[in-house]
Amino acid sequence: MEIKVLGPGCANCHKMEELARTAVKELGIDAKIEKISDIQEIMKYTLSTPGLVVNGKLRHSGKPLPGIEKVKELIKAEV
Amino acid sequence: MLKTLASYITFDLLALEHGSRLGAALEFFIYDTIKIFLLLFVIIFVISVIRSYFPPEKTRRILSHKKEFRGNILAALLGIVTPFCSCSAVPLFIGFVEAGIPLGVTFSFLISSPMVNEVAVVLLWGMFGWKIAAIYLGTGLFVAVLAGLIIGKLKLEKWVEEYVYTFHSGSSHEIMKQAFKERLEHAKWNTVDILKRVWLFVVLAIGIGGFIHGYVPQDFLTHYAGNENPFAVPIAVAVGVPLYSNAAGVIPIVYALMEKGLSTGTVLAFMMAVTALSLPEMIILRKVLKLPLLAVFVGIMAITITAVGYLFNAIL
Repeated sequence: MEIKVLGPGCANCHKMEELARTAVKELGIDAKIEKISDIQEIMKYTLSTPGLVVNGKLRHSGKPLPGIEKVKELIKAEV
Repeated sequence: MLKTLASYITFDLLALEHGSRLGAALEFFIYDTIKIFLLLFVIIFVISVIRSYFPPEKTRRILSHKKEFRGNILAALLGIVTPFCSCSAVPLFIGFVEAGIPLGVTFSFLISSPMVNEVAVVLLWGMFGWKIAAIYLGTGLFVAVLAGLIIGKLKLEKWVEEYVYTFHSGSSHEIMKQAFKERLEHAKWNTVDILKRVWLFVVLAIGIGGFIHGYVPQDFLTHYAGNENPFAVPIAVAVGVPLYSNAAGVIPIVYALMEKGLSTGTVLAFMMAVTALSLPEMIILRKVLKLPLLAVFVGIMAITITAVGYLFNAIL
C-alpha cells in the first residue's frame, strides 16, 4: 500500500503525517508512507493541505484534520 | 441562571464573604468564563458545520467567474466560511489564479480568512458586547474588500512569480461528499480541538478583566497612545504588524489595552494588524509573490487598517 501525506510543512501537515504513521502501526499493515511537499505534486490532488492520499486516491484534504480512528478507517478501506 | 451559578460557586461552595473585593472579582470571573466558553462552543460548532460545505475547491468555483467588486465582496465573505490552513496559501493562490480569479479578488479572500475569525468575534462579543464584535466583523470584511480592490486596480500581476501563470494542475479536483452526520461528527471534533488550543488564552483574558481591573496604572500607555495623541492609531498598527498571534492569543492584550484607556478604534486597529499580517504568512506568500507586491500588500493593509482605526475613534 502507498500512502502520501500532502503538505508543504506546517504544524498541521506534520500532525497529519504522524496520524498516518500511527494508524498504519496500529493497523499492523505494510505501507509505504511518503511526505509530499512539492506544490506541483500536491496540486495534482487538491488545493487544500494537509492531504491524505491512499493508493493514489485523495481521502482527506484540508482543515479540520481527521481523528486517528477516522484515519484508520480511511486507510482500512483500501486494504 | 449563569449569574446564580457563579454566585453559588463563589459564596456557597468557596464560602467567600459577600461584598468582599476578591469575592466580587471571582464571581465575575466564573460568570464570564462559563458564558464565554458556552458561546465559543456553540459558535465554533455552527461555523464548523457551515465550513464543511465550503471546501476551497468549491470557493474557487464560486469565485471563478466573478468580476471585481462583487467578486471582492464575495471573496471576503467566503474567507470567513472556507476552512484554510495557512500552509495551503500557496496551492490556494495558484489554484485561484489558474481558475482566472482576478488578483485583487484572491487577495480579498486571503486577507479576510485569518482576520475575520470566529474565535475573535466570539471573544469580543463575550467581553465587550455584541456591538464591538459586529464592528470588528464589519470592518474586517471592509478592509479585505478595500485592500483587494486597490491591489486589483494597481494591476500588479507582473509581480506575481512567473511560474504561477504557467502552472497546470491538470485535473479538476473533486469535492469529497460527506453525510450530514459525518459533518456534525467532524464539527464536534474540530470544536473540541480548537477549544483545547485556545482555552488558556481565553481564561487569561477573562482573568485580566476580573482581577487586574482597576489595578493597572493608566498613565503610561494612554500617554503615548491615548485619545489625545493623533498618532495613536499608526503607532498601534506599527507595533501590531510585526507581532503575530492568532485571534485568541491577542485578546488578553486587547483587554489590557482597553482597560488602560486606549480608544476602541486604536485597539481594533492593533488587533487587525496582529491577526492579518504575520511574518510566517509573508514567508509563505513570498513563494508566489515577488518582493514589491509583498511590500505593496503590507503597505496597503497597514494604511487601510490605520484609516479604519481613525474612523472608529472619530465616530465611537
